[in-house]
Amino acid sequence: MSRIKSAFENGKAFIAFVTCGDPDLEVTAEVVRAAVENGADLIELGIPFSDPTAEGPVIQGANLRALTGGITTDKIFQFVQALRRDVSVPLVFMTYANVVFSYGADRFLSACGRIGIDGLILPDLPFEEKEEFLPFCHKYGVDLISLIAPTSKNRIAMIAREAEGFVYIVSSLGVTGVRSEIKTDLSSIIQSVRENTKIPCAVGFGISTPEQAKRMSELSDGVIVGSAIVKLIEKYGKDAPRYVGGYVKAMKDAMR
Amino acid sequence: MTNSKGRFGIHGGQYIPETLMNAVIELEDAYNHYKNDPEFNRELAGLLNEYAGRPSRLYFAEKMTKNLGGAKVYLKREDLNHTGAHKINNVLGQALLAKKMGKTRLIAETGAGQHGVATATAAALMGMECVVFMGEEDTVRQALNVYRMRLLGAEVIPVKTGTATLKDAVSEAMREWTSRISDTHYCLGSVMGPHPFPTIVRDFQAVISKEIREQILKKEGRLPDAVIACVGGGSNAIGSFYHFIPDENVRLIGCEAAGRGIDTFETAATVNTGRLGIFHGMKSYFCQDEYGQIAPVYSISAGLDYPGIGPEHAYLHDIGRAEYVPVTDEEAVRAFEYLAKTEGIIPAIESAHAVAYAMKTAPQMQKDQLIVITISGRGDKDCAAIARYRGEDIHE
Repeated sequence: MSRIKSAFENGKAFIAFVTCGDPDLEVTAEVVRAAVENGADLIELGIPFSDPTAEGPVIQGANLRALTGGITTDKIFQFVQALRRDVSVPLVFMTYANVVFSYGADRFLSACGRIGIDGLILPDLPFEEKEEFLPFCHKYGVDLISLIAPTSKNRIAMIAREAEGFVYIVSSLGVTGVRSEIKTDLSSIIQSVRENTKIPCAVGFGISTPEQAKRMSELSDGVIVGSAIVKLIEKYGKDAPRYVGGYVKAMKDAMR
Repeated sequence: MTNSKGRFGIHGGQYIPETLMNAVIELEDAYNHYKNDPEFNRELAGLLNEYAGRPSRLYFAEKMTKNLGGAKVYLKREDLNHTGAHKINNVLGQALLAKKMGKTRLIAETGAGQHGVATATAAALMGMECVVFMGEEDTVRQALNVYRMRLLGAEVIPVKTGTATLKDAVSEAMREWTSRISDTHYCLGSVMGPHPFPTIVRDFQAVISKEIREQILKKEGRLPDAVIACVGGGSNAIGSFYHFIPDENVRLIGCEAAGRGIDTFETAATVNTGRLGIFHGMKSYFCQDEYGQIAPVYSISAGLDYPGIGPEHAYLHDIGRAEYVPVTDEEAVRAFEYLAKTEGIIPAIESAHAVAYAMKTAPQMQKDQLIVITISGRGDKDCAAIARYRGEDIHE
């Protein structure tokens, strides 16, 4: 059991996503600090990938900006190590299977363990393929986060029973990105998850407004927000940290 | 990997978002049911023969044989199929399967446009909606095929992300599929992506080697010494190889697009320059950098301009059953012109990569040896681009 549990001990959890190196690592560091100071309970750090097939245009753009700026997995490891000196909330990496595979699963996860990464989210690694990385996650004490989608149906129990850290409930069909409304019947999905596991579940994909955060947090244990934050970074660049801080505060307040 | 399905040695698998897992499981179940269903097979055979024009000819290229002065050269004429390429074999199979599954909408990626045209054709025939994703760069290179798809009633969406070529079209089609699954089948065009696609597409394309085998036995009374096909994702190649895999004496040669050369960055020769990775739903070889970022590959051929290769090819390479050789733009263009002038056949620039390698290898073989080259498609679509390559500015 990693530190992830602690993120859910301060009321409903607010989980903030940011792509590392968008537009550069100094901004990423300040955005993370601003989010934490304003109530973010867990930070999802995106390691950019050239072809992020689960992302909508906003996060695709962030990936491209970061890679164009010369970001690499090694630079991100150094960055997290430095960030860990003053940021104590749980941190998880969000990236794609090839980034981990190409680095070498053992080498990648050993670095995660060493620099204080608590979990790993890989949207292109379904239940059937998790053995690819799970042994290395366990070896270095990193939770491999499972996702459950609106289409999971008969698969929910199987996935939830072996889930670690928290269960990532994908709110809607499609890719990441802001949505005006979320139509999926999440309460029945979350009920099935809870019948099969005691670990917390957080809802992500499409959440941007305090009203949505409030509603989703009433159903679950927390919300994950990515594209809305990335949009602020895209818009404000070096000035983004204070806007992200204000945004996180409004979202966390709505969930109290 | 106890739970992992669709493996070819270490390759293959299902590396896709959870959102799509039930869709691929449903597809696998439907395929396993219908592949042995006599009614389904009768309907498909009827479409392949009556509509697509199968069996395609195995043509003895006598002038080319004499000119090269070595092995006897046969051409498997997939270019004579309806819509002008082998792509229709797979598309008719998948569209029929999708219809049986109750799907009313087909989505597809396309590079050169041949798979997109075939999908738009099948959708028109079967009364289904059709959306084709095509890299913006390719919509320029293959403008005629864009028009053909629209004429057939399909919507063509130019993809602007990444390198705006085939890999980006695949990514965008996958994104579209995650957002609309219930009425939509993703008609994948090559032997790639997550299981069961590499198997389904291979099975539907295996008709090529089934026919070559029967035809060459009838004409020559023996099996060929080599079967040569071009490889992007690898659907016409696996189709040409499949029924010869157990025959160890038949050399299987896949021709990869080397672009400006395998010692340059402007190449798409995956086996020759790539390494093991996980992308687009499968474990296989990919052109990538040291951190696993997928490389922006290049080839004059939009259909071979892909940074990966199907998992079964990766496996055939690993066990040494098939050889994968690089062919440059310049060699392919020369072969394109050569076949036109020698045999009066204009091959697709993709297929010209296979012709180019045959031109190198045939003269080194004995006169009683046999080579089969799969001409996967016809070259009408490429004429303007090749003219431009040769410095002639013609307008379509």
